[in-house]
Amino acid sequence: MINKIVASVAEALAGVKDGSTILVGGFGTAGLPNALIDGLIEQGAKDLVVVNNNAGNGYTGLAALLQTGRVRKVICSFPRQTDSYVFDELYRAKKIELELVPQGNLAERIRAAGAGVGAFYTPTGFGTLLAEGKETRHINGRDYVLEYPIHGDVALISAYKGDRWGNLTYRKTARNFGPIMATAARMAIAQVHETVELGELDPEAVVTPGIFVKRVVAVGAQANAQQAA
Amino acid sequence: MNKMNRDQMAQRVARDIPEGAYVNLGIGLPTLVANHLPADREVLLHTENGLLGMGPAPEKGQEDWDLINAGKQPVTALPGAAYFHHADSFAMMRGGHLDICVLGAFQVSVKGDLANWHTGAPDAIPAVGGAMDLAIGAKQVFVMMDLLTKTGSSKLVETCSYPLTGVGCVSRVYSDLAVFDIKKDGVYASDVVDGLSFDELQRLCGVPLRKA
Repeated sequence: MINKIVASVAEALAGVKDGSTILVGGFGTAGLPNALIDGLIEQGAKDLVVVNNNAGNGYTGLAALLQTGRVRKVICSFPRQTDSYVFDELYRAKKIELELVPQGNLAERIRAAGAGVGAFYTPTGFGTLLAEGKETRHINGRDYVLEYPIHGDVALISAYKGDRWGNLTYRKTARNFGPIMATAARMAIAQVHETVELGELDPEAVVTPGIFVKRVVAVGAQANAQQAA
Repeated sequence: MNKMNRDQMAQRVARDIPEGAYVNLGIGLPTLVANHLPADREVLLHTENGLLGMGPAPEKGQEDWDLINAGKQPVTALPGAAYFHHADSFAMMRGGHLDICVLGAFQVSVKGDLANWHTGAPDAIPAVGGAMDLAIGAKQVFVMMDLLTKTGSSKLVETCSYPLTGVGCVSRVYSDLAVFDIKKDGVYASDVVDGLSFDELQRLCGVPLRKA
């Protein structure tokens, strides 16, 4: 019997290795898998590369992970926020590396990884600082930049409901990077509001088919609802 | 002269957004445009974090922090709205499906180059978000900005001195003093505010203008 549901956050994060690239879902605090991030801090893996749209808010969640000093590099589109205190300080002290990627290129590089695409040409960023040193090509009258996929060793995502086969649904704009990150990592781990029996999720409404998911852990609605500071 | 205030500028932009348009409003000044779209016109607002058919802010106490806009503020979803993941959201831009995006700017060049993401200051923490994708993605890119900086220099320039967001991507600039259409053969000024002559506008801009 296939059962991807695990009993605890600690079990969900067992085996995450030092040096891993961790894809972390969420946009701001919507869809940020806080329970899994706290679990990763507990688990202790270090020398990590973290991929997220942002670089942490306040002192919890992703910011708390950065504060442990176990993140070597952040790949994101928008690190600077009104409350990105932890990242700002690490960055200014040169204690963390930043790869800044336009948001759509970030999404497409993750999608490409999950879809087995070797690289792709995108018009976004052409002629800007963020395309410096990259291959370019003129195709049908338009200029493009060559971008490579971003593969994850692990993806941590927050979804709404999940079943034991790993099928997932999402809630509103908390969906954001979850579905593509699940496809792009060797081990996708989802925290969900609740787990349900097989067949309870309408196959027409499943957003992430279970093939992309390795572990599912229920953390309750409370832990998933991230109120902004 | 009668400089336009922020709401008048937003109203002016809203006038040019047609029925049925799919529109992305950037963070800051462009957000105000939503308040001026006529109620009898169906316009679908896109927010790049995964929602088409975005509605106004919820009433106090009704916020759902799983339902936010690109500025990370709580919003609502209109009947008929759709949610989607980030790759689909940016496919809507890059794939040329979005009709209009309205962005703020530090500078726009006479060739339509846009600078709005980074001042280039050495101690600044760079952040780009969806700005570069929006700049090249929408069929029409409108910019909303004050024409002059606080020190009086024109933000419509021959060549941008700030790092670029996109090359040759801006089609129209709505400023507090005039509207500028950026075309292959030059910049056309229209809607010059009362009390400002074309020659005076030309002098303030310092770049060659044509009368629309």
